[in-house]
Amino acid sequence: MEKLIANSQELTAKVWRLLADVSDPEVPVLSILDLGIVRGVKVTGEQIAVTITPTYSGCPAMNVIATEIRLLLLAEGFPNVVIHNQLSPAWTTDWMSQAGRAKLEAYGIAPPVDGTATGHMLNLFGKDTAVRCPLCKSTHTHMVSQFGSTACKAHYQCDECLEPFDYFKCHS
Amino acid sequence: MEPTLAPTATPAAAPRPLFPFVLQLADASLILAHRLSEWCGHGPVLEQDLALANIALDLLGESRSYYQYAAELEGQGRTEDDLAYLRSAVEYRNPLLVEQPNGDFAHTIVRQFLFDNFHYHLLRALKDGPDAQLAAIAEKSVKEAAYHLKWSSEWVIRLGDGTDESRKRLDKAIAKLWRFGGELTTPTEAEKALQAAGLVPDYATLQPAMQAHAEHVFAEATVPLPTAVFPQLGGKTGRHSEHLGYLLSELQYMQRAYPGLTW
Repeated sequence: MEKLIANSQELTAKVWRLLADVSDPEVPVLSILDLGIVRGVKVTGEQIAVTITPTYSGCPAMNVIATEIRLLLLAEGFPNVVIHNQLSPAWTTDWMSQAGRAKLEAYGIAPPVDGTATGHMLNLFGKDTAVRCPLCKSTHTHMVSQFGSTACKAHYQCDECLEPFDYFKCHS
Repeated sequence: MEPTLAPTATPAAAPRPLFPFVLQLADASLILAHRLSEWCGHGPVLEQDLALANIALDLLGESRSYYQYAAELEGQGRTEDDLAYLRSAVEYRNPLLVEQPNGDFAHTIVRQFLFDNFHYHLLRALKDGPDAQLAAIAEKSVKEAAYHLKWSSEWVIRLGDGTDESRKRLDKAIAKLWRFGGELTTPTEAEKALQAAGLVPDYATLQPAMQAHAEHVFAEATVPLPTAVFPQLGGKTGRHSEHLGYLLSELQYMQRAYPGLTW
């Protein structure tokens, strides 16, 4: 019995390690673990259940991610995979790892600034979140539009180097 | 044409009580998402083209969550796709507002503002409601709805307090569309029953916050807030305007032309 439990724990740990290789199709430097999308892994006998949570409601990458998880685990010899989609608690950028934030910035996307989500304070024409330019690092930037290239990003421009860049919106 | 059930439907157990309401929410988000998607590539400026497409995508994603749940509540083997794409116009339960044509940008903004002001406040109420799945969907969607309401509110202000041209267009859009706002907060008999059972919030409790927000936005926009407009009703009970049929002929084209298609 102990051996079975030990095997199951070992397998669970292995699956978590494997999932670190599944990357966000839109931002390939980020893994789904960096994003905080994977909420749980459960091994029951031969079956592996992975619980993920969607980021934005309409995010088209979620389907791809689910498929990638299946294919990766299949390639590693695990055909019996179930993917659970968990809506609650709702995904928040608070779950994004520090490593993930660093990778985002290196890639040219400004990472979310914690605590700046619109929330229930409808901040009409309010001060934009101060975001650091991922290219020249100046904080002298302004928001062009709340809606950027994808559902999760806003469109900013740097007033120093004049380059436009994406900002990963704080979502909490 | 008589409304028909999908061929696979069997007269088995009755759908669970929330089914018609969840279907109504799904239809509202889907139809509005479709309308907004019609702007794609035609926006007045690139950034707003992106904004419209993003909002459409959020609403489409939200509608999927509702359709999936509705299919489960109905329990007759229909899938989210069957519900979204294979019903006839009389079977849709979206309010009249969301099927109205885009018109010019001012019309789209007024339609969006009326929808967002209700939608945001409804979701805030639903996320604390007794149904766990509906609360989970609402908890997720309310964050996006907050951004939508901010966007449409800011545009009402820009258009109202902008140029003579923008103000003229906003006034025209309000005159055309304000009559469709009332349906959102006017409960149908079906909704009243669910409200009495505590499953759906009483819209009267949402109205003070909605009114306060509208007053604030219109004051900033220097536009008088319309009062005592007779509400046009019907969408939520399947009595739609002439627009829905044309909209569905585009929305449902693929599924109707290639029945049973899969990717």
